[in-house]
Amino acid sequence: MTRINTYKYVECCSDEARDLRWLFMGLLRYVAIRAALIIPTVLILYTLVFIVLRILPGDPVLAVLGTKNIPPEQLEQIRHNLGLDKPYIVQYFEYLWNVLHGDFGTSMIISGRSITVDLLERLPATVELAVAGLLVSLLIGVSTGFLAAVKRDTKVDLGLRVFGAVTYTLFIPWLGLMFQLIFAVWLRWLPASGRIDPDVSLRTITGFYILDSILTGNIDALRSALSHIILPALTLGLVLSGPYTRLVRSNLIKALESNYVFAYHARGVRSSKILLHAFRNALIPVVTYAGLQFALLLGGAVLTETTFDWPGIGTYLVEKVGYRDYPAIQAVVIVFAFFVGVISLIVDLIYALLDPRIRY
Amino acid sequence: MSEPVLVVENLTVYYYTLKGIVRAVEEASLKAYKGDMVALVGESGSGKSTLGYSLLNLVPPPGRVVKGRVIVGGVDILSLRGDELRRARGSLVSMIFQDPFTTLDPVRRVGDQILEVLLEHGVPLEEAKERVVEVVKAVGLSERMAKAYPHQLSGGQRQRISIAAAIALKPRVLVADEPTTALDVIVQKQIMDLLDEIRKTTGMAIILITHDIALAAERASRIAVMYAGRIVEYGPKSKVIENPLHPYTRALLQSVPDISSSEWPKPIPGMPPDLRKPPSGCRFHPRCPLAMKVCREENPGMVEVEPEHYVSCWLYARR
Repeated sequence: MTRINTYKYVECCSDEARDLRWLFMGLLRYVAIRAALIIPTVLILYTLVFIVLRILPGDPVLAVLGTKNIPPEQLEQIRHNLGLDKPYIVQYFEYLWNVLHGDFGTSMIISGRSITVDLLERLPATVELAVAGLLVSLLIGVSTGFLAAVKRDTKVDLGLRVFGAVTYTLFIPWLGLMFQLIFAVWLRWLPASGRIDPDVSLRTITGFYILDSILTGNIDALRSALSHIILPALTLGLVLSGPYTRLVRSNLIKALESNYVFAYHARGVRSSKILLHAFRNALIPVVTYAGLQFALLLGGAVLTETTFDWPGIGTYLVEKVGYRDYPAIQAVVIVFAFFVGVISLIVDLIYALLDPRIRY
Repeated sequence: MSEPVLVVENLTVYYYTLKGIVRAVEEASLKAYKGDMVALVGESGSGKSTLGYSLLNLVPPPGRVVKGRVIVGGVDILSLRGDELRRARGSLVSMIFQDPFTTLDPVRRVGDQILEVLLEHGVPLEEAKERVVEVVKAVGLSERMAKAYPHQLSGGQRQRISIAAAIALKPRVLVADEPTTALDVIVQKQIMDLLDEIRKTTGMAIILITHDIALAAERASRIAVMYAGRIVEYGPKSKVIENPLHPYTRALLQSVPDISSSEWPKPIPGMPPDLRKPPSGCRFHPRCPLAMKVCREENPGMVEVEPEHYVSCWLYARR
């Protein structure tokens, strides 16, 4: 869908008008096509997960009852109540129909529990952690990559590259436990797990605790929410930072060796400014990677969430898969697929903002 | 004749590579006067680009100017350091390059790139903006094109923008490193016409680095022929072309195809030497049809054979 614009410069109208027309005409069409493409993506993923769930051994009824010593009639009754006795094709379309009407159904495990409510509660937690983790990884990765490129082939460069490689290989639960041990148990600086102190009262508006506590001016809640997110965000961010180090380093080195940097020097532009220009060029590929990473994180940073008992989509999914809670799992997958589509669309738009060569 | 705007004296530049010292430029000397176009002619690897970079004290590592002086408008560029050197680049001596597709920053508007040059040299913003418009017009582009991104321009337009950025501060010397090699012939002519015009109207001296001796013969006022890091012949264009003295210059001129002649162009036999181990004596002697014993032993000094016409060859030198 992305194409490199090779149009020659033609004079037709004022630059502002032309720029705007470029942006709107192309952009609208592009966004429309990309948005439309989200539909088949979601459908395919839903179909796949529907099939896989039914192929997997075990079913919600047995998972809940935990035993097979039940009169068959009662078993049939429960299955009937859950709609599991209907043909697969009917189950497939019924659920799809409900989702289209904004209803993700009710849990098969906790009867009457609305999955939509669950998701609305869990998603903000995951998004909050994803954003924080991404910010930390970008902060660490981009700054180390920048420094490594500037100090190229020195001990600093070598050290930072080793750091990037080592952190990338760390196992999240281990790192999380170490952080908990050091900062929560020994130093007692930060809480070990959870999202907020249970005794802090916070009126939720958006479900994002940090945002909500700012909106309601609740300093205690803000402090509590922030202190809870530091360790999981640091764990996640540290492990995810390695690729950014490499990406930024190699791209910045490539940019600094490019002809336009040499030309900048020849025209007497300050080195610090040249470095900034090269840095901007080097950051373009980073946006793509960060976008992909963020989309993945929205699916729930399962390991981080379980390590820190973070009530997000990741822990939710693990729990629901354990119980074969069909509609809940399907709902998570559908929402995830939708988010991946939206995020990659946003990434493409940011890309176009950074790189004038990309136009849609 | 008035004072030269550019004096290069005994310039020697080596690249200190892991595989040995590359003697890229050795004892090069030349002069350029106001409004001159000095063509630096030579094959790839003859050191002509390195010489060009030295004029801005911009030899890329691992290269280093070992000795010599480069004086532009009375200032020794090679003695400048830090911010003084940065300010000299662009305002005293500037440069344009072979590949206009890669020498402009792809993500910034070309006008902003020209503007930056002016601002970085202390021109106030309002004045700088006016100067951008002026200089963009001066290189034959419309004012609006300053708002374009490099990828929206053609090769010729981009090279014009590069020229505009290089001459925005009216430097005394402009080094043009193969400015037309990446362009097609029609655009080539337009760009050369533009450079001619700039030198005539502003008096800027242009150092034209080229492998194309025919182009040099057509456009330059002086020609310096380089071989294996040394300037072997130097003089006013007419003298060098009509009365080439050095065997290399002669061979170079005979290697140019001429459609009006029934004769085939004559290639020069052999290969240019490896500059990590340059030949003893005159560096051209292994390929020279007229080589004598002395050529292997000692490098000939520059001799002024006729007024302003210098050559470095034992045929003309007296020991």
